[in-house]
Amino acid sequence: MHIVVPLKQSPDLVEELEVNAEGNDIDRQGLKLQVSEWDEQALEEALCLKEASGANVTAITADWGGADLVLFTALAKGADRALKLVGDFSTTMLDNHRLARALASTVEQLGANLVLTGVQSVEDLDGQIPVLLAAMLGWPHVSVVTGVELTADAAQVKQEHSGGLVAELEVKLPAVLGVQAARRAPRYAPVSKVRQMQKGAKLEQLSVAAQDAGSGLKVRRVFKPQVAARAEILEGTAEEIAAKLLAVLRERGLSL
Amino acid sequence: MTGDVYVVVEHWNGTIAEVSFELLGLGRQLAQASGGKLHALVLGPEAKEVAAACGAADVTICVEHDALAGFSPEAHITQLAAILKDRSPAFTLVSNTSKGMDVAPALAVALKVPVVTNVAAVAVNDGAIVATSQLYGGKIAVEAELAGGRAVLSLLAGAFPADHGKSAGAGAIETVVPAAQLGGSRVAFKRLIEAEASDVDISKQEILVTVGRGIQDKDNLPVVQELADALGCPLCASRPLVDAGWLPKSRQVGKSGVTVKPKIYLAIGLSGAPEHVQGMKDATTIIAVNSDPKAPIFDVAHFGVVADLFDVVPALTEKVRELRG
Repeated sequence: MHIVVPLKQSPDLVEELEVNAEGNDIDRQGLKLQVSEWDEQALEEALCLKEASGANVTAITADWGGADLVLFTALAKGADRALKLVGDFSTTMLDNHRLARALASTVEQLGANLVLTGVQSVEDLDGQIPVLLAAMLGWPHVSVVTGVELTADAAQVKQEHSGGLVAELEVKLPAVLGVQAARRAPRYAPVSKVRQMQKGAKLEQLSVAAQDAGSGLKVRRVFKPQVAARAEILEGTAEEIAAKLLAVLRERGLSL
Repeated sequence: MTGDVYVVVEHWNGTIAEVSFELLGLGRQLAQASGGKLHALVLGPEAKEVAAACGAADVTICVEHDALAGFSPEAHITQLAAILKDRSPAFTLVSNTSKGMDVAPALAVALKVPVVTNVAAVAVNDGAIVATSQLYGGKIAVEAELAGGRAVLSLLAGAFPADHGKSAGAGAIETVVPAAQLGGSRVAFKRLIEAEASDVDISKQEILVTVGRGIQDKDNLPVVQELADALGCPLCASRPLVDAGWLPKSRQVGKSGVTVKPKIYLAIGLSGAPEHVQGMKDATTIIAVNSDPKAPIFDVAHFGVVADLFDVVPALTEKVRELRG
């Protein structure tokens, strides 16, 4: 069983985002990136499956931001192989079609049985990666997955729906699963172990061709949304704010 | 190409999803703007039942087949693509739900048309479709123009009014023969597990305290639990805290959790990501506490406090306790 886990680096939303000078993307100069939180969940689920049934796990990421560190960290957590996709990704940022095409050719070359990746990222303008990737590979897919069990040629998965509903599905392999949450919180890779990987482990590289066929979208404008109404801000010391909040609570129907 | 609009209607076991009315309402508007007809697409053995709720559409297309029971992404995409590939509609509208996330991008690839995700507004300017998406947790909006005048749009729930999609009228019903490939689906729907029974139903409370990632650590939870206890209401949480196992699933507010409409909603250390806002925006009074003055939660809240929750929350708890004696 060979599980491939594509990891995408996307902006850390704790940081303030700005629009670039051209107004057609966010300003990516000096932007703090992190592995998309859903991809972290996908990697964790892959590692849990490896522990449960002896799969091989290959982590892949495109060569931007801190790609090397992302891959060494994946190895430190327990991935068997780490592969960096090298090429021109300058037009890929708000174009998931291009990234998915690069991933599709990689997955085909690697001969995977299963792809686990995050169900979404914070910058999905033209569809989510797992479904685009599956559609391009011609593989079945399930999104919003919260549990995976493997048999020889199929995966039993749980798919989460709104209102607390959970569906059980059986998917024939090979397949792509868009992971919402792993069975446990993502593990932590100790710094010492990551360092050890940086010294001793090898990252593989694969060149991917520039992808011509993109999303078919033209980004006209990127902007910070104007809001019609904003909250009335209550100010003062903690003590004063608490008194104001209490007044609001009582006025708005809290009976004390 | 026609100016027709097709809406993918969602339902479980014959009960139509509220979000489908939002899509039908938008679809009606777009059909008028582009001079086409509005079609509703209903799949599954209960299709005819659901069609009765789709009076806002000119035509409701029903496909009944056992492979379309429940939700198998592959079976649904196969059937939808079979219907839509020869009809070349201008718009195919899908909701950005779990089902919609599986359907929209795959359908776009199958139909060879662009897809726009997380859409909160749509306009037609001189024949060009312009869709506005909310990305980066609602912090940034992106306006995309679609070449070719055709698109699959995946729409955020709650972005369009549902009332416009509800109609007592009855449109025409068109029954379509199921696609031949349905039998060979590689994804089989097994069963639906109902939500676990819980100690408390958070959708029926008058007041709720909900905590987000601003709480930082599980060990800090008592700070907000004490406020909830003082107010006599349950403590709820956003998705990341539930995923981390800090609070049970039955206490999760938002898209994949519970939709709540209390009289008072206290959002503590919550940024206000669209997935969360979708589940609480209809609360009568929303009060938000967050140290980031630019947090999107302040766009939906009625009252806001820009401060460290660890200062303000204990002070409020103390005040409530004093009053309650």
